[in-house]
Amino acid sequence: MTAMLEVRDLKVAYGKILAVKKISFSVEEGQIVTLIGTNGAGKTTTLRTISGLIRPASGEILFQGKRIDTVPAHQIVSLGLAHSPEGRKIFPKMSVEENLLLGAFSRQDSEINQDLDETYDLFPVLAERRAQQAGTFSGGEQQMLAMGRAMMSRPKLLMLDEPSMGLSSLMMKVIIQTVRKLQPQGTTILLVEQNAQAALSLADHGYVLEVGTIVIKGTGKDLLVNDAVRKAYLGED
Amino acid sequence: MDTFIQQLINGLSLGSLYALIAVGYTVVYGILQLINFAHGEVFMIGAFGALTTSLVLFNGNTALWTLPVMIIGAVVASVTTAVLMERFAYRPLRNAPRLAPLITAIGVSVFLQELVRLNYNKVPFTSWNPFNLPDAKSRIPFPQIDVVTGPAIQVGGVTIQRAAIFTIGALVICSALLWYFINRTKMGRGMQAVSQDADTARLMGINVDRIIVVAFALGAVLAAVAGVAQGLQNNNIDFRMGFLAGLKAFTAAVIGGIGNVEGAVLGGLVLGVTEAMATQYIPGQFGGGPWKDVWAFVLLILVLVFRPQGLLGAKEVDRA
Repeated sequence: MTAMLEVRDLKVAYGKILAVKKISFSVEEGQIVTLIGTNGAGKTTTLRTISGLIRPASGEILFQGKRIDTVPAHQIVSLGLAHSPEGRKIFPKMSVEENLLLGAFSRQDSEINQDLDETYDLFPVLAERRAQQAGTFSGGEQQMLAMGRAMMSRPKLLMLDEPSMGLSSLMMKVIIQTVRKLQPQGTTILLVEQNAQAALSLADHGYVLEVGTIVIKGTGKDLLVNDAVRKAYLGED
Repeated sequence: MDTFIQQLINGLSLGSLYALIAVGYTVVYGILQLINFAHGEVFMIGAFGALTTSLVLFNGNTALWTLPVMIIGAVVASVTTAVLMERFAYRPLRNAPRLAPLITAIGVSVFLQELVRLNYNKVPFTSWNPFNLPDAKSRIPFPQIDVVTGPAIQVGGVTIQRAAIFTIGALVICSALLWYFINRTKMGRGMQAVSQDADTARLMGINVDRIIVVAFALGAVLAAVAGVAQGLQNNNIDFRMGFLAGLKAFTAAVIGGIGNVEGAVLGGLVLGVTEAMATQYIPGQFGGGPWKDVWAFVLLILVLVFRPQGLLGAKEVDRA
């Protein structure tokens, strides 16, 4: 069986600086896979390259067996790959509902309204404020909106870039619960996090990135008890 | 009181023309942060498109039904010009420093003026003039259509030119359609998304290149209508008409808050009314017609000093 997403020998450069140095990893259907690492490890760059916003210097990206590293960014979402970007990047001057509808921009079918209702069921906070300008939301609410917006494209694979960034621990729990809820619905998830504890406890598989290279990989459980990971990322001696 | 209402109507008519053109500056700026200085020429070419349509298809016939056809001709000419300039002048510079497309815009502007001046009445590089078009080196009379250019209407002591009604009406209809497009259609929503955050818009599946073309085309449609309105108001058109009108419309867009569509419309009207009122009410040496452009740009300076984001612009942190 081919993996849902496979990244092979990926190199990404900004000018002369290599941000990602030949990494390979894969995401199997139905799994939650996490990339953890500190700031500047290349996590966000990797996700942006997968969604086509940045072109790789070399290497291959395969989604459901097809190469997507030359496909324009705006065509990638309709293949079933949604990306909730770092810093949430909701459209601040538009309403919640308009943001969600933009998530479904690539779709032509007639079930968009039905999915809108489902998204509101998943995030009741959004339903209460569907007409409110998204820029007035708190960080946690914006994160829910960004996730809801990404789900509106009906992705097979959802990429979440630091959903916990800047959130209170309470809000983080809500986000983590939501990620847990999405998996049984058949959504595969690639989660990028600095919060290693939260990410590894969710993940089936994890990869640890350090300055553009994968240094450790394993199942979520194994990494949680891995000495090197505990020292570097879980704040234990 | 009659004088005041008279000048208000004159100002609104002039302002409507500015507003129609200003929308094109603001829509493109909102998406590309590019000031398309060649937009005045899109307006000029719209007027020539209407004139050509009338000369080639109707040969001097000025029945009312020819007007919508002339407007279509204007729109086709303007949109074609705008789309081609985006494709061949600006798109190759998409990732260049911002100064490059700006200077290119000025180059495109001069290029288009000279193209019309030298080649309107002949196929380029030949002297062949299949439709017997007039020489564009001097002013060319614009077809006069009785219903919109006939005798002015008198209401009490106020004279209302029919072309003024046409222009104000055109602005009302165009802004209503534009509002509907931007706020109620999927493509319009995509356009707003691109103007707020182009990269994230691409993640939504929005083809940014296509949205940019739509923005240029949209501005061109309104500029084309303005070109027809100007032809009807002034009875004639020439290859230079886009320069001052474009500059004024750009000023209007800045006054309203560049990037903001409602602002462009408001800025146009404010600028037009300011010019009309200054002409009438500023006494002595600095009043009267010759000074109206001075007051228009004084208004610009005042706005830039006291409200640099424009009347309807939101204060924004500089993204540079």
